[in-house]
Amino acid sequence: MATTAVDAPAAPAPPPRRNRSRLTLRNTFIGWTFILPNFIGFAVLTLVPVITLFYLAFTSWNAFGQANWIGLENFQRLLTDGTFHTALINTGYYAVLHIPLTLAVSLGLALLLNHKMRGIAFFRTVAFFPYITSIVAIAVVWNMLFSPDSGPINQFLMALGIDNPPGWTTSATWSMPAVVLTSVWREMGYYMLLFLAGLQAIPRELYEAARVDGAHAIQRFWNVTVPSLRPTTFFVTVILTIQSFKVLDLILVMTDGGPGTSTLVLAQYIYRKGFEENDFGYASAVAVVLFFICLGLTVVQFLLNKRKEV
Amino acid sequence: MATVTLDRPGTSPAPVLRQDPRRGRKLAARIALYVAMIIAAAAIMLPFFWMVTSSLKTNNQVFSVPIQWLPDPVVWRNYLDIWAKADMLTWVKNTLILSVSVTFLQVLTGSFAAYGFSKLRFPGRDVLFLTYVATIAVPWQAYMIPQFIMLSKVGLSNTLWSILALQTFSAFGVFLMKQYYESIPEELSEAARIDGLSEYSIWRKIVLPLSGPAVATLTLLTFVNTWNDYLGPLIYLRDRDIWTIQIGLKSFVSQYNAEYALIMTGSVISVLPIALIFMLGQRYFVQGIATAGLKG
Repeated sequence: MATTAVDAPAAPAPPPRRNRSRLTLRNTFIGWTFILPNFIGFAVLTLVPVITLFYLAFTSWNAFGQANWIGLENFQRLLTDGTFHTALINTGYYAVLHIPLTLAVSLGLALLLNHKMRGIAFFRTVAFFPYITSIVAIAVVWNMLFSPDSGPINQFLMALGIDNPPGWTTSATWSMPAVVLTSVWREMGYYMLLFLAGLQAIPRELYEAARVDGAHAIQRFWNVTVPSLRPTTFFVTVILTIQSFKVLDLILVMTDGGPGTSTLVLAQYIYRKGFEENDFGYASAVAVVLFFICLGLTVVQFLLNKRKEV
Repeated sequence: MATVTLDRPGTSPAPVLRQDPRRGRKLAARIALYVAMIIAAAAIMLPFFWMVTSSLKTNNQVFSVPIQWLPDPVVWRNYLDIWAKADMLTWVKNTLILSVSVTFLQVLTGSFAAYGFSKLRFPGRDVLFLTYVATIAVPWQAYMIPQFIMLSKVGLSNTLWSILALQTFSAFGVFLMKQYYESIPEELSEAARIDGLSEYSIWRKIVLPLSGPAVATLTLLTFVNTWNDYLGPLIYLRDRDIWTIQIGLKSFVSQYNAEYALIMTGSVISVLPIALIFMLGQRYFVQGIATAGLKG
């Protein structure tokens, strides 16, 4: 756009302009033909549902009836719905455990695997592998590993001298940590790759300069690596946050929200209300809350990041 | 390295003296690194190891105390029995149909749209692209209900078409392909335009053949994503004969919840194709995630 504005005065005036507008029209037409096959699907299956969500949330719609506009009633119901509050708190709990733990483990792995050594590609592959295996298989295996009586994890803990190892997925206190451990294990390889890309973008001169100044390894980490990784860390934190608040499939397979409601999360509450109880209107209201939590947290993170940069 | 070159002019015999302990320390550090990596890798792979060995045990041996690390005797029977006990063949077939067609359509429409976004200039283009990118941040869990109602109204729920529709038009594919197309020099398409090629031919004859790595990345990621999808099939596919491997496996687990060895056998079978694909194309996974960074 900028270049056309610069060119315009120099060019002989009327005929090119007419040509140009016809060209724009032609380009617009051709451009749309490229985008349309994907865009139609995208609009119908993503954009329209997102917009419809905000309408549904203000209706009482169950599977059989029609949508009746009930204003804010769904949202008032949320205020007094104890199960909803539990789901909200559990989701926050999951996020508070999951985000820092994944950040630390994946950054640690990235630092460990950021060396030019023989066989390093193999180790990166190993670390990434859990991320591409299916949730169902992973949840089933970890459920067995966590098995309270004779599961390998508790056998290991008992061998270490812990007489009363946790009941993991059968205990209301330990089921959430068990789910978090599984998800950290599954996702760390993915974030490790993002961190590795960030680490490799740090200019070597910075490290050499720090070394000349006499900084030892820990000082170099805090004063060179951490500040240089800021954009990556920011990006990873945003994705991790959204991923944490929308967690659903792992919990559905691993604990189904239980025992009791100890691992019931927001997305699962939407699923229950919507697909198990067919209370689409109310489920949509919960979904609107999830939508704004994700949006709000992302905006807050962007603002924080901007302020730090100034 | 820098310090060594800085020291050299002043004291000439010193580096020789100093290099020996340093080399020793370097070797020790390298060995320590390898040990750390091997421990980390072993810890990460342990669940998979346990999964595979358990699938080769008899049912009673899975939870034996103390842990039996290697199956003795090796029970290959599980890999025969599972096909009779569960409808694995149908599930694998359905999943394969879905994964292949979703991948094909996603790559086709995604790369086509990406050409429009990166190589053509027209009003409204950037706003449109921003809409795509913005929805990547909206969790699917938030709009799965209106989407389900819509697809049910047009009669697609409880058909494989619903999963096809769900997975094919992801903004992620467009985003990934566009990132790659931007790195292809504009001069190439410009030259082709002067030679009189239409935009469609430029896409087909020049840009698409040049974007092999991006196509490979998107193909692998989409295939794996569709193969592993649990929520979509869980919500949309009711009839047993259109189930995918993921929800088939889940129902098998609830039905035979004490058949630990067989459950592990099913898990191994559900992971195996993905493991193979990953080993063949892991370079592209790493590249794709490093360049696009977004997924799911």
